[in-house]
Amino acid sequence: MDFLIRSTLIYAVPLMIVALAGVFSERSGIINLALEGIMIFGAFVGVLFVRLVQQWGWFDAAKAAGNFWSLQGFAFLGMLISAMLGSLFSLLLAFAAINLRADQTIGGTALNLMAPALVLFLVQLITNQSTMNMYTGDAAGWFMLKKSMLGYPSGPKAKSVPTPFVVSAFLDKVYLATYLCIVIFVVMSIILYKTRFGLRLRSCGENPQAADSLGINVYRMRYAGVLISGTLAGLGGFVYALTTVNCSANGDVAGFGFLALAVMIFGNWKPLNIAGAALLFGLFKCVAASYASLDINGDGICLLKEIGVSTNFYRLLPYMVTLVVLAFTSKSSRAPKAEGITYDKGQR
Amino acid sequence: MNEKQSLWKKPGARTVQASVISILIGMLAGGVIVLLAGVFSPELGMKSVWEGIRLVVAGLFSTGRSASGALSFGFNGTNMGNMLFRATPLIMTGLSVAFAYKTGLFNIGAPGQYLAGTVATLYIALGLPTDVVPLWLIWVLAFLGGAVAGMIWGAIPGVLKSLLNINEVLACIMTNWIMANLTTWAFESSNLRNMVENTKSGYIYKTAFLLEDRLVDGVVKTFGAGAAEGTLVHTRGGIATLKMGLDKLFPGSQANGGILIAALIAVLVYILMNKTTFGFQLRACGANRFAARYAGIKDKRNIVLTMAIAGALSGMGAALYYLSGNPELYWSTYQSLPGVGFNGIPVALLASCNPIGVIFTGMFMSMLNINGLQLTNLTAYNEYITDVIISVIVYLSAFSLVIKMWLNRSKAKKAAEKEGK
Repeated sequence: MDFLIRSTLIYAVPLMIVALAGVFSERSGIINLALEGIMIFGAFVGVLFVRLVQQWGWFDAAKAAGNFWSLQGFAFLGMLISAMLGSLFSLLLAFAAINLRADQTIGGTALNLMAPALVLFLVQLITNQSTMNMYTGDAAGWFMLKKSMLGYPSGPKAKSVPTPFVVSAFLDKVYLATYLCIVIFVVMSIILYKTRFGLRLRSCGENPQAADSLGINVYRMRYAGVLISGTLAGLGGFVYALTTVNCSANGDVAGFGFLALAVMIFGNWKPLNIAGAALLFGLFKCVAASYASLDINGDGICLLKEIGVSTNFYRLLPYMVTLVVLAFTSKSSRAPKAEGITYDKGQR
Repeated sequence: MNEKQSLWKKPGARTVQASVISILIGMLAGGVIVLLAGVFSPELGMKSVWEGIRLVVAGLFSTGRSASGALSFGFNGTNMGNMLFRATPLIMTGLSVAFAYKTGLFNIGAPGQYLAGTVATLYIALGLPTDVVPLWLIWVLAFLGGAVAGMIWGAIPGVLKSLLNINEVLACIMTNWIMANLTTWAFESSNLRNMVENTKSGYIYKTAFLLEDRLVDGVVKTFGAGAAEGTLVHTRGGIATLKMGLDKLFPGSQANGGILIAALIAVLVYILMNKTTFGFQLRACGANRFAARYAGIKDKRNIVLTMAIAGALSGMGAALYYLSGNPELYWSTYQSLPGVGFNGIPVALLASCNPIGVIFTGMFMSMLNINGLQLTNLTAYNEYITDVIISVIVYLSAFSLVIKMWLNRSKAKKAAEKEGK
């Protein structure tokens, strides 16, 4: 059970944060199909940063000094940099969609094509292979929280001091980045719903003409929406790379960006629903990844394997569920009304 | 003089101009990236930057390096033929996107439809016993099977769009990933996985591979041709598109009749779009769905039909590619979608969704691919630079319509001012 909670969180959190990225963009009126591309780009930048810092020997120095917090600090800096460059990358979409009134779907698709191409080009140049890994060691060794850090013994002596459930489920073999993302998610949701800025941003996605008549600069709000979206998606990309693929970049995030899009729709463009949807989809992902050895109630029987449903089924379930949900809610779907429509001041 | 100018200003000419500008800017961006990489990387140096840029532009005509180590250029039959071979699926997915776009639908589902076509084609081509069914009939059945599978997979977003008003882009993205998983599922435990050549178990047999089903101890097992064990039950495989003399024209390449079939289909699509009532109805729906409905055109039915036909075109692309005999499918596709499907989007947009134009832009895209391969083979750079160029072109085409509008508007303004004077 603790394993299930742990790995569901690991999968769910990048989804959650990237889906919220989608919300910020769409609520301001710009469809952001480029989430996948921005994630790929963010993952690359973050991994490159970690790699460079390792090359300079700072990681080893921190480890030798036993300084756990400076290691976490490097991870945090990686998140910061990938977020910044993610928003820089999304500027391309904002410029095309807002200033040039481009087709947002095609613009997003272009970014989705550009990110993996650029990343693979650079990765190949830097490492001479198609995947860029960390310079030394693995993500778990450098960044993972372990219960032994809290004083609970592991390994053969684990039985002597029982580990509380809270610790084994939430504080053992997890990444601090995961929890940081949850905090960011909460903060950003509050900004979207409880501040003047959030209200104005949302109004631009519903009725930009009315917003403009009240003195809100629609173009600026939409820029803000897309840039925040890029920031969160870039961050989510690096967190995905850090927590699920051992801090490596290969121009691919396994469709997580599109899955986040599905989460956003499933969550009906609302943060709380999105958090729920992300947990559900994260559970599917976790089950698909490890269903053969998944022992839910700890009795040594792998129930899901006994049922005999193919792992492929769990993998495609999120997409299928999204389609079904779309089918049932399309009549009453509460997508932002003005999303995808370029705002033209001269238009009535 | 006057006549020449008006030809230059024609909408068709404007379209070509916009595409050429997109291509040039794309190439320029590629060149700049090559330059930047060369400047910042200590190993590359300016000499390789110049080589890289030349290969990005004209890699198709590269003939390797001369004895002194300098790049040499000239006619390269292998490259030429491989360009035609790689253009085949691109033309088909390009047609798929273009066809849907003319009807006002953005078919981003081409990768999924392409995969659906792949599964059906490979199952039919490798599954039917060649000792019972003649080879040509298997080819035809596999081709049609691919088309039908793509058609069904394309029709799903169409139905969802027309009946439930679900955005086709979202539906297509979801069906893409469902298909990516279904493909893995379909092949995961099939006997089409290459178990004969032991390094290739991640791949499906190529359709030209000769297989034998042999009865060993009461169990039917699959072997490569010429196995000695057991008794022969069936032979399978050995399917390949006719070369139609293209292998003589372009020796050492994989060129085959598929490109001619693709070109023929493009012409058929052109006729369907522009010379038939059905095509007119589709274009009317694309121009204004509600006006079309008011004029008595069944817009809902047309959306489903459009997506079905677009899907069939993508499926045929997969069929033509895999039936050429040599390509091997890496079957564990659940984490990535085929790039050919997505590259149908730039192919279509660059051709302004004109089916005849798609033939040429498809070849242009595959030329970029070949250039990229030459770049990998001959320099320290790699082929992904061509994908960067393609993405820049797509990015530009997102607002090429707007640019064209601006061009025309400024011209019209000037004309109006003149008249006013």
